[in-house]
Amino acid sequence: MAFLEIENLRKSFGQVAVVQHFDLAIQRGEFVSFLGPSGCGKTTTLRMVAGFEQPTSGAIRINDKDVTGLRPNQRNVGMVFQSYAVFPNMTVADTVGFGLKVAKRPTAEIRPRVEEMLKLIKLPTHAGRYPYQLSGGQQQRVALARALAVKPQVLLLDEPLSALDAKIRISLREEIRSVQRSLGITTIYVTHDQEEALSMSDRIVVMNEGRVEQIGTPFEIYNFPRTRFVASFVGTLNILRGRVVDPATGRIAIDGQEVVAGRGLADAKAGDIRSVALRPEAVTLQDQSADRNKLNGTIEEVSFLGSIVRIRVRFKESAISLDTFNNPGSAPPERGQAATVSFAREDLLALEGAEPS
Amino acid sequence: MKRAKLGPWLAIVFGMLYFVIPLIGTFEFSLRVRRGEYSFDAYRTVLTDPRFQSSFLYSTVLALATIVVGVLLVVPTAYWIQLRLPKLRPIVEFITLMPLVIPAIVLVFGYLRIYNSSSLLPLTGSEWSTNLLLTCSYVTLALPYMYRAVDTGLRAIDVRSLTEAAESLGAGWPTILFKVIFPNVRVAVLSGAFLTFAIVIGEFTMASLLDRPAFGPYLQLMGANRAYEPSALAIIAFVITWACMGLIQLLGRGPAAAAGKR
Repeated sequence: MAFLEIENLRKSFGQVAVVQHFDLAIQRGEFVSFLGPSGCGKTTTLRMVAGFEQPTSGAIRINDKDVTGLRPNQRNVGMVFQSYAVFPNMTVADTVGFGLKVAKRPTAEIRPRVEEMLKLIKLPTHAGRYPYQLSGGQQQRVALARALAVKPQVLLLDEPLSALDAKIRISLREEIRSVQRSLGITTIYVTHDQEEALSMSDRIVVMNEGRVEQIGTPFEIYNFPRTRFVASFVGTLNILRGRVVDPATGRIAIDGQEVVAGRGLADAKAGDIRSVALRPEAVTLQDQSADRNKLNGTIEEVSFLGSIVRIRVRFKESAISLDTFNNPGSAPPERGQAATVSFAREDLLALEGAEPS
Repeated sequence: MKRAKLGPWLAIVFGMLYFVIPLIGTFEFSLRVRRGEYSFDAYRTVLTDPRFQSSFLYSTVLALATIVVGVLLVVPTAYWIQLRLPKLRPIVEFITLMPLVIPAIVLVFGYLRIYNSSSLLPLTGSEWSTNLLLTCSYVTLALPYMYRAVDTGLRAIDVRSLTEAAESLGAGWPTILFKVIFPNVRVAVLSGAFLTFAIVIGEFTMASLLDRPAFGPYLQLMGANRAYEPSALAIIAFVITWACMGLIQLLGRGPAAAAGKR
């Protein structure tokens, strides 16, 4: 039995369905991210779990209790907001202890709990400060401590790092994950940043236009995207169009050159136009082994990015970007140079659905 | 560059003279009770007048009651409009502007028609109920200023997120209003309170027609029957007003106000 169950959740505003057929079971202590572009329904779904939006239909169960009809202040879920939402009129200590005071816990219990939380977020000396005396990152840590102080069943984070600069984001996301692991608290994290989702999550729910595109571990989502959207949204991807030659053997022709796809063409017919995806890191100019796919083209662009050199190779109509590590011992190739790229068969993924020719 | 700076300074100087010269004239006139020398006799007469003390006290108490009722009415209303019913904002703003359009004498005649001693709700039948009626009329008169001040204060904070944060921590509506919202609109509420105080202290029409011993009718009585004392009263009223403004500046300081500086 999962700890948090979301069953066939649906939300419409008038005629517009913003969340459709959302099903998810989250185990106790699991860290799950909702990942998708703006407007995909991830925040709306989170807010339904928190109780700030009422679902049009469906159910939400936490620890085997149906909370669908409960108000937010009856669900014991902690929430961290994008805008921090720390109380401007309260000190850090008062803010962190707010939920405990609302629950009428005795002062003898509140004080040590607040101190424990401040230590957890590494702000033990900031108890007497007000929000205007804190940086954005510190305010968000206080918001996290406030949410955790009441020992919620579930922790919900709505793009908590979006308002922070890049360096702080990286350090704070590691802190959030470390705190979550140490407390073992079931967590839902909403983000549009794939790097955040990939680095922090046990599982990722990729959403688009109110629907779930794919649910899986970061490894599965990145390496085995099931739809064109997931493939293009998560990570950088080369997407090529080809004509299926032989679905049984996985042979497909890209710009007149035949290659073999490792999987995904079994349901296709010969002559179908299909999109295939290839990660830049799977492509190389060096390895020309016989069992690898090869495509002949011309080097169109070379971008020196420091430790990485990004090369774009043009075929007739398609192009592939590949990344190689900078090698001080050999100069990067030049534009206009003929080049043969190679990649393993299993790295070429056919995306779902035939396309018009 | 120098010519460009001269213009604004000239405007400031003329503006100050426009406000200060009549005040200086009034103050100077109020010192002229004794022929040939300046004295504070007019002030002594006013401040020792039992009617001044009682009417000022009466109006102050009513002002405080008006402020409390006004705050309890306006803050939750403005909060609810901002949080849940933003489409109603234009309608509510229109309603709060009505007291500026409808003359006070029309309002008080309406009161006398509805609440006279032979009506279903005879609020003019006793002193305490007439005081209550006067307080309600003052709340109405102060509504445009109180609502605007509070609405501006609420727009300066993230009402939705603060509410949701408090709710997610188990807080109910009373806790959210009194522990989270009210403290963060304190400066706005104080601004509205000051405006309310100034309106109530100087209000004449309603207090006079409802026959209450307020400061406004006392001012009018002094003005009709004495020469120098009205000027002294005017200066005293200004001093009280400036003192209120100073108190608001002082009490408005704090983390919430300082946060606005960040």
